[in-house]
Amino acid sequence: MARIFAYIIHKAGVVDDSAAELIAAAKKIDPAALPTAIVTGFGADLDAVCGSLRSSYAEIWKISNETLDYPNAELIRQALIKVVPPGSIVLVAHEHFGIDLAPGLSIKANASFVSDVVAIEGVDGPDLKVVRHEFGGQVSTHVLCDISSGGVITVRPGAFKPLESDAVNGIIIDKSADVGVLTARRRYLETIVAEAGDVDITKHNVLVSIGRGIQEKDNVALAHEMAEALGAAVSCSRPVVDAKWLEKSRQVGSSGKTVKPKVYLACGISGSFQHLAGLKGNPFIIAINKNPKAPIFQVANVGIIDDILEFLPEFTNKVREMQSVSAK
Amino acid sequence: MKILVCVRRVPDTSENEISLNSAGNDIERDDLVYSINEPDNYAVEEALQIVARVGGSVTVATVGRDEDEEILRREMAMGASHGVLISDNAFSGSDGRGIATILKAFVQKGHYDLILTGVQAEDGGAQVGGMLAAMLDYPFASLVNSIEVLDGGKLKVGREIAGGNKEISEIELPCVLSIQTGINEPRYVGMRGIRQVAPIPIPTPSAEELGIAPATVGEAGAKVKQVDYFVPALGKGAEMLEGSREENIEKVLELVAAKGGLK
Repeated sequence: MARIFAYIIHKAGVVDDSAAELIAAAKKIDPAALPTAIVTGFGADLDAVCGSLRSSYAEIWKISNETLDYPNAELIRQALIKVVPPGSIVLVAHEHFGIDLAPGLSIKANASFVSDVVAIEGVDGPDLKVVRHEFGGQVSTHVLCDISSGGVITVRPGAFKPLESDAVNGIIIDKSADVGVLTARRRYLETIVAEAGDVDITKHNVLVSIGRGIQEKDNVALAHEMAEALGAAVSCSRPVVDAKWLEKSRQVGSSGKTVKPKVYLACGISGSFQHLAGLKGNPFIIAINKNPKAPIFQVANVGIIDDILEFLPEFTNKVREMQSVSAK
Repeated sequence: MKILVCVRRVPDTSENEISLNSAGNDIERDDLVYSINEPDNYAVEEALQIVARVGGSVTVATVGRDEDEEILRREMAMGASHGVLISDNAFSGSDGRGIATILKAFVQKGHYDLILTGVQAEDGGAQVGGMLAAMLDYPFASLVNSIEVLDGGKLKVGREIAGGNKEISEIELPCVLSIQTGINEPRYVGMRGIRQVAPIPIPTPSAEELGIAPATVGEAGAKVKQVDYFVPALGKGAEMLEGSREENIEKVLELVAAKGGLK
């Protein structure tokens, strides 16, 4: 069995949750695997990361280089090609860095590539059998990936539950000298932090959240009216922001805000994993969608198959009616 | 600036419910509405806006079959000056690497300063752009949501990273960028526009014309293969309310109040 490496994502000296998930994924490929962590970076943050991985990884390969202080996929790819033996399997989390690094790494390593894996069923001969989602999670597919000359696999964050295992007291091996000079034609300049919007959706108990099902800009008012009647705020999924119908600050998801409401009314939202990644704290999810196959119905507590363009205004009227009765 | 945009025709999930075919080896493709992959459309719009600012031309290309010509025509109606349908029976069943291999051969027959792809297709792996860049040995950036042309053969690009933040980098040309949705507002295409580009010929280079060894692409070259499709059974699923709309609204109101919601 090929050696398995896990590329560790970290920020400000703190290991990303995906590091533990990659161990679980490696064990699905080979139950006997002791995956090796690879960590790139520089300075005290890098040392802190390597130190904290010792309880979960038996071996940690540390690559320290001043140019790797900020994770630039082009430089990290060069470093990995120099240290990872040919034929290995490299696991990376499928997030913005993994998407940047992994496809090109597979070409330079002459390894097979499969992305955004949600489950691993095992190895059969030369093939690794994995599960991927397509069409926003409406269907799943089994994929065979020939890993006989190595593999680069990106793993969906949250899909593999970390294993409970004893601390391993791993060793840190410094591979920095093997890397040599790294050069990039893409240079990191700065990070622009997202602007705060007029409404802070992270502070609300009830969110009326709209997706593609709202269909046009004028219909967004239906959600605002319903939210106002309920004392809730309006949030949304990505397509609504892409269409410029609501500000980015109202977007729930991995590329938007992480919210923790008590009740989440998902209106015309299909429920892609990027969207659901922004929902924390186990909210009570009520989904209204006219597509009975929408993946949101798999994760919601309560579902209604209906057209939100009709449901929302009737809902608003009902709330107002009740309020006027109770005010009398 | 000469810009190539690699596009794909895909089932449009805003127009279709995706379900399995009876054999379980594919999705049910009868009666599906197809359209251009959404991020690819943003990529074409971005290319057109760059050319409007600094001059140049936009070529759209797809690896596909005769029926894929319709999306090339659509993007030409938006303003792309050339469309290319890279087509050969040997390409059927290509995995991501196979598609990147085909595109690489095509790119090397011409000259492009900038190559754009959409970040991902609904049934894809967010992979072809990064692979193509590595094969060409060009720099690459994914999830790009802003592009500014700088002097000296460089671009300033923004990438969408976690939490709505934006990572700004400088990247040398020629390069490959994968474009995220929302980067711009793609222009509307009417039937009239599509009719106007109908007479423009669309070349269809084959494997042989591009010097591609058939064994390196298509099913023969694929190391990644889809076995079957299935509908995932995730968790227990929602309790479906099946009353009238009025009953459902009352039930939702009760639930919102009970779960700690109403003001």
